[in-house]
Amino acid sequence: MKADGKKLVWKDYQKDIAEDHYFYARSCIRQNFFPGSEKAFTRILRDELGKDLCDNQHHTSCTGIGYHTDVVPFETTMTVVARQFALMNEAGYENYIASCITSFGLYTEIIETWKHFPETLEKTREFLFRATGREFTIPKNLAHASDVIYKFRNEIAAKARYRLVDKNTGLPLKVVEHIGCHYSKMFPHKGVGGAEYPYVLVGMIEAWGGEVIDYPERRHCCGFGFRQYAVQANRGFSIACSKKKFDSMEAYEPDLIITNCPGCPMFLDRWQYALSEMEGKTYGKNNRGIPVFTYEEVAGLVLGYDPWKLGLQVHQVPAEPLLDKIGIPYDPEAKFKGPNGEELGRPEAPSILKFYQE
Amino acid sequence: MSKHVVVIGAGIAGLEAASVLDSMGHSITLIEKEDTPGGHVDRWHELFPNRRPGREVLEMLYEKLRDSIQFQYGKEITSIKPFSGKFIVTASDGWVTNADAVLMATGFDLFDARKKEEYGYGIYDHVITSADLEDIFRQGEGLNPRLGKAPQRIGFVHCVGSRDEKAGNIYCSKVCCVTAVKQAIEIKELYSAVEVYCFYMDLRMFGRHYEELYKEAQEKYNIQFIRGRLSEASENRQGGVVVKVEDTLLGKPLKITMDLLVLMSGMVAPPGIVKMRNKLGLTKEEDGFLSPLDAHARPNESEVPGLFMAGTSSGPKTITDTLNDARSAALAIDKYLEE
Repeated sequence: MKADGKKLVWKDYQKDIAEDHYFYARSCIRQNFFPGSEKAFTRILRDELGKDLCDNQHHTSCTGIGYHTDVVPFETTMTVVARQFALMNEAGYENYIASCITSFGLYTEIIETWKHFPETLEKTREFLFRATGREFTIPKNLAHASDVIYKFRNEIAAKARYRLVDKNTGLPLKVVEHIGCHYSKMFPHKGVGGAEYPYVLVGMIEAWGGEVIDYPERRHCCGFGFRQYAVQANRGFSIACSKKKFDSMEAYEPDLIITNCPGCPMFLDRWQYALSEMEGKTYGKNNRGIPVFTYEEVAGLVLGYDPWKLGLQVHQVPAEPLLDKIGIPYDPEAKFKGPNGEELGRPEAPSILKFYQE
Repeated sequence: MSKHVVVIGAGIAGLEAASVLDSMGHSITLIEKEDTPGGHVDRWHELFPNRRPGREVLEMLYEKLRDSIQFQYGKEITSIKPFSGKFIVTASDGWVTNADAVLMATGFDLFDARKKEEYGYGIYDHVITSADLEDIFRQGEGLNPRLGKAPQRIGFVHCVGSRDEKAGNIYCSKVCCVTAVKQAIEIKELYSAVEVYCFYMDLRMFGRHYEELYKEAQEKYNIQFIRGRLSEASENRQGGVVVKVEDTLLGKPLKITMDLLVLMSGMVAPPGIVKMRNKLGLTKEEDGFLSPLDAHARPNESEVPGLFMAGTSSGPKTITDTLNDARSAALAIDKYLEE
């Protein structure tokens, strides 16, 4: 592998990411899957980086999943997205950031559609006005939330209390990065690093001390493809996708996986449990699996945030072995306690994949 | 009366045209941006379909004019200005000459295979181009020094940068299909046990003896031809190249690990020539190559009287066709100068 070759590709795929004043659109599903991630993002931007962020409670789903599963017509989707942009305008912002990869891909697709088909843009304006009385302007800058963390990765590294390094050996942790398909596969120039060798997560990993693993199935879908999991009969294909990736990365002995999509960490994390139950197979050492994180969780960890405030207790694959490896302190007893110290109950342990700290 | 013709490009088209013009009594200056003549053919170990060494063809062409014409090496032409029925030709180092006629024998560039990012050229250690493979053949040490072992499985990817809208080139580069067949046979001659796969869209065996070579590749050498385009290549821990491809005849996806993946890079118009074409106000075609005044009747003339083209400057051609085109250009120039 020639690192210089990748750097040449990365040079061709740089994008403008706004410096400040962001309108933040949350994801429909991330707060259920990884409840601390979006909170960590707003905290990092406001408290660590001193940025102005509008976290607007009135925005809705972008309809992305409905659109990609052919449930919601494109005209409806465009009108819903136009409403989000109108909310941004009304709040006095020009820079739109999406928490969700599919939303980001969809916003990009819609803006490109409007650019090439101005009559469609006019039609959308008409639909939105008729439905809500609102008008809108297209964002000056559109980015995914991971683009923003990438942009400030060195500032985060400068404030970091921990690095992605094994505290005992001093060696960098081996990290698998996985990009959501809708980040740059549709519009390579809209993603940092392009579609084939995306750099957005690699940049974070490098800045925070880790070493990126490039394994043969790196580009393969995680299994979250909407038509795979949304149609029950296709779920075998979904888990087969995840398995293919784990089988391919296993030999490289990754310490963790970092993702930037709502679905990828969900599926790469939960399917490890399902695979262990179905096939008796676990990945990682000592039946502990390979822990999977969102980039906000990893940013929060290196900044020294409490792992349970980041929501790591809802991961299926336990994060504790990795926390120990880095040297991040945590209270094992607090894992299943609520914010006021109340006991929330303990989930049933899987039969093979280890879940509790032992 | 002897007239002065500037021939730009000392590849096979420029050499042959210069040789014919020289034999007609014209004064020739042959300008080449490299330090030696020969162009791409100089790099080619053996040629299809008869496996003649590339150098042999070059020496044959070069011998005819070695002492009779003026060579200017290391000069890149920056401007060709028509002026009172003549041309002022200027090079990047300030060198200037006048010419009664100019022949653009400027050839082609190899498609930069890095642009097909999914194949990993320039990133994976064992992904090379067809031109790189010719370098290996010329060095005569086989693949072992590069791979650290005798290869067991090698893949050839046809149409890299040709017939590919995503790469911006919808045209066929003409020579790559049969070059892959020739190179696959050469590999089998070096390593009889190696498995060789060619991944193709169509096999365009249009020239004399090409089809026979293709048949021989299948029947004698057991080279596997799989119709289907690669979706991606990646590198495994051992440095092997894992390719994903669909066999469109069987309707099945395949995943195969290769010791070496050879990309058949197509031909593209050199960017400098595209710029020159635009400066001179010549017809712009999307593929960037020069366009003749009339493809049938005046295949070597441009819209600018006295400015001619030969060889692959006007689109992909085989060596045989390039040499014929060069002779045709020389005749057209001679006729123009007489008038």
